Amino acid sequence: MGLDIRFPIGMMFALLGLILLGTGLFTGADAALRITPVININLIWGAVLFLFGIVMWGSAILGKNR
Amino acid sequence: MNPSSVHLSPIDYSILGLYIAFVIGIGFALKRQMKTSADFFLSGRNIPAWVTGLAFLSANLGALELVGMAASGAKYGIATCHFYWVGAIPAMIFLAVFMMPFYYGSKARSVPEYLKLRFDERTRAFNSVSFAVMTIFASGISLNALAKLLNQLLGWDYNICLWVCSLIVLLYVLKGGLTSAIYTEVLQFFMIVLGFAPVVYLGLKDAGGWEAVKQKLAGVATQPAVYNLSDSASKTFQPDAWTSAWKPLLAGPSQNPMGIDLFAMVFGLGFVLSFGYWCTNFLVVQRAMAAKDMKAARNTPLVAAVPKMLFPALVILPGMIALALTATPGKEYHLPQAIISQARMNDAIASVRKSAVGHADTTSALKSLTSAADTSFNPAKVQALLHAAPGTPDATLAIEIQDAVVNDYDGVILSLVKRYCPTGLLGLALTALLASFMSGMAGNVTAFNTVWTYDLYQAYIAPNKSDEYYYWMGRVITVVGIVLSIGAAYFASMWTNAMDIIQLVFAFVNAPLFATFLLGMFWSRTTGTGAFIGLLAGTAASAIFHACTISAGNLPGVKGGYIHAFWTLPSDMAQNFWLASFAFIVCFVVTVALSLSTRRTKSDEELTGLVYSLTPRQTVEQAWFARPGTIGIVLLAVCVLLNYLFW
Repeated sequence: MGLDIRFPIGMMFALLGLILLGTGLFTGADAALRITPVININLIWGAVLFLFGIVMWGSAILGKNR
Repeated sequence: MNPSSVHLSPIDYSILGLYIAFVIGIGFALKRQMKTSADFFLSGRNIPAWVTGLAFLSANLGALELVGMAASGAKYGIATCHFYWVGAIPAMIFLAVFMMPFYYGSKARSVPEYLKLRFDERTRAFNSVSFAVMTIFASGISLNALAKLLNQLLGWDYNICLWVCSLIVLLYVLKGGLTSAIYTEVLQFFMIVLGFAPVVYLGLKDAGGWEAVKQKLAGVATQPAVYNLSDSASKTFQPDAWTSAWKPLLAGPSQNPMGIDLFAMVFGLGFVLSFGYWCTNFLVVQRAMAAKDMKAARNTPLVAAVPKMLFPALVILPGMIALALTATPGKEYHLPQAIISQARMNDAIASVRKSAVGHADTTSALKSLTSAADTSFNPAKVQALLHAAPGTPDATLAIEIQDAVVNDYDGVILSLVKRYCPTGLLGLALTALLASFMSGMAGNVTAFNTVWTYDLYQAYIAPNKSDEYYYWMGRVITVVGIVLSIGAAYFASMWTNAMDIIQLVFAFVNAPLFATFLLGMFWSRTTGTGAFIGLLAGTAASAIFHACTISAGNLPGVKGGYIHAFWTLPSDMAQNFWLASFAFIVCFVVTVALSLSTRRTKSDEELTGLVYSLTPRQTVEQAWFARPGTIGIVLLAVCVLLNYLFW
C-alpha cells in the first residue's frame, strides 16, 4: 500500500512521550497543579504516550512482516 | 495582550513543532503515491476500515466541536450527550447498514454524483453548489475561531496564525491529497484523545469525582441564576437537571436548561438533523467512500461509532466539571468571563449608581451598563445590583458587577487547560487543539476540491478532459479553496452578523436534505422532478418557518420572526429542532406528491445499485456476527445502555 500510518503515529507518540518523560523527570511534580496529592503528570502521561507509540510501531512492524 | 494568557516554554514549542513536522512529513511521504486524480481525490479507494473509521470521526471533530461541546456541557449539562447518543450514533449505524451500499456500490465519486446518478443534474447542481459554498465557509469559521483563540490565549498575531495554519494544511493536502488528509486525521484523532484525556482526568480528580460533580450540579440546578445560567433570579430546576439526560427532557421545556420538548429532541435533532449530517454530508461520507472495499466502507461508520459513544467523557464532561468547580467554594475557579478593565469598571460603577438613583428599570440599566463595560450581563444579577447599590461600597460593587458578567462558555476548555497543565502537558493540550482545527479544515478542503473538480468543473465547465488535467485542476483548486477559506475567516471576523445570516442559510439548506436521500434510496418511484422541487420546497419551508417564529427573549431579525412571530419557542435550540422537523416533513411530502404526479426518467436497470428495492441483496461472505447489521444492533444496544445509565 505504501505508507502504513501506524509508523508515523507510533514514532510521533514515542517521541512525544519521551519529551514529556524528560520534562517530568527534570521539573518534577508541579505543586501549582491544585491537585492533592500532587502528581507528576508529565512523567506518568509521558510514559503512557511512549508505550502507546511503541505499541503502534510494533503493530506496524508485525503487519509488515505478515 | 490578555493578562491571563498563558506562557509557552521551549518544551511546549518543541511538541508543537514535532506535530507540525510529522503532518507535513506524511504529506510529502505520500506524494509518490499520487499519480491519478483518483489517487488525489478518492485515495485510490484502498484504505483499511480502521483508518477510514477514525478519519470519519476526526474530520467531524473540529475544534469548534471540542470547544462547543465543553461549552454546552457547562450550559446544559448531560443533556448535551443527546447530540451523540440520540443523534450521531443511530445515524452512523444507519449509514453503515443501509446507505453505504449505495454510495460505495454506485461507484459515485461524491455525494452529489450519487444524486446525479439517482435523479438528474438539477438536484446534483443544487447540492454541489450549496455544499461547496457551505464547506468553504465552515472552513473559514473554524480558521477564524482558531486564530482568535490563539491570539487570546498566547498573544500570537491573528494574521500570522491564520496564514501559518492554512499553509501547513495546504502543504500536506497538496502533496498527498485525500490520503494525506485521512492519515493526518487519524494522527489528529489520537492527538486529541491523548492530549485532552489528562486534562479531564485531572479535572475530575480536582472536583472530587463524578459523585461530587453530580452533587455540586444539583446545587447549581436549584439556583441557576447565581451562576449566570438563567436570566431570572427565581428560576429553579429539579436537582438532576444537569445530570439526568432524560427526566428533565420528559418533564417539558421549562424543566430542562436546553428548553426543549421530547418531540423536537428525538425527531428534530435525533432524526432530521443528525441523519441529515452524518448520512449526507460529503465531508464525512468521503472518508467512508475511500475505503478499500464494500465491507470496509460499511464498517467505517461503525468503527467511528465506538469512540464516538465514549466521547462525552472527553468533551462534554469538562464543561460539567468546570461548572461544578465554580460552584465549589475554595477551588478558586470560576467559569470564564470577560474581565472588565479598571478604566471601564469605574464607568460601570458609575452607570449602576446612576441607574439606582434614577430608579431605572432593569432593561435600561442593563443597556447603560453594557455600553459602559463593553460586555454582556445577567439581567437577574443587574436587577439585584440596582437594589444593593446605594448601601454598597465601590470595591464590593466592583466585585458584584464582575460577577454579573455573562459566562464565556467557549472559554471553558481552555480555562481547564490553563488550570491543570504544567509545561509539557500544556504543549500537548494546545497541540491537540490545533490538531482538531487542522483535521476539520483539511476535511473541508478535500471535500471541496473533490466536489468542485468532479461535480462542478468536470460536469458543467470542462468535461471530457484527460485525467491529468483534472488532477492538475484538483491541486489548483486546493490552493484556491484554502485562499477562499482565509477570505471567509476574515469575513467572519469582521462581519459577525453577516456570518450569522450565512450560517442560517446553511441550516435552511441542510434541514430538508435527508428526506431527499431517504426517498431516493428507498423508494424507486421518486422522480428527478419530485426530488428537486421537494428539496427547494424544504429549503423554502425552513426560511418561512424561521421568518414566522422566534425564540423566547429574542428580538425579530436574525433570530427569526421578522414577518410575524406566530409561534414563540422556549429556546434557540427548540426553534432549531422544530425548523428542521418542519423542513423535513415539507420536503418529504412535496417529494412524494410530485413524484407520484411526474413520470420517472430512469428505468429499473439504470437504478440498480442506487435504490434498495432494485439492488440485489449482497451474498453473505461474512460470518453472521461480522455483518454490519449485527454490529449495528450491538452498538445500538450499548447506546441504549448508556442512555439508561445516565437516565
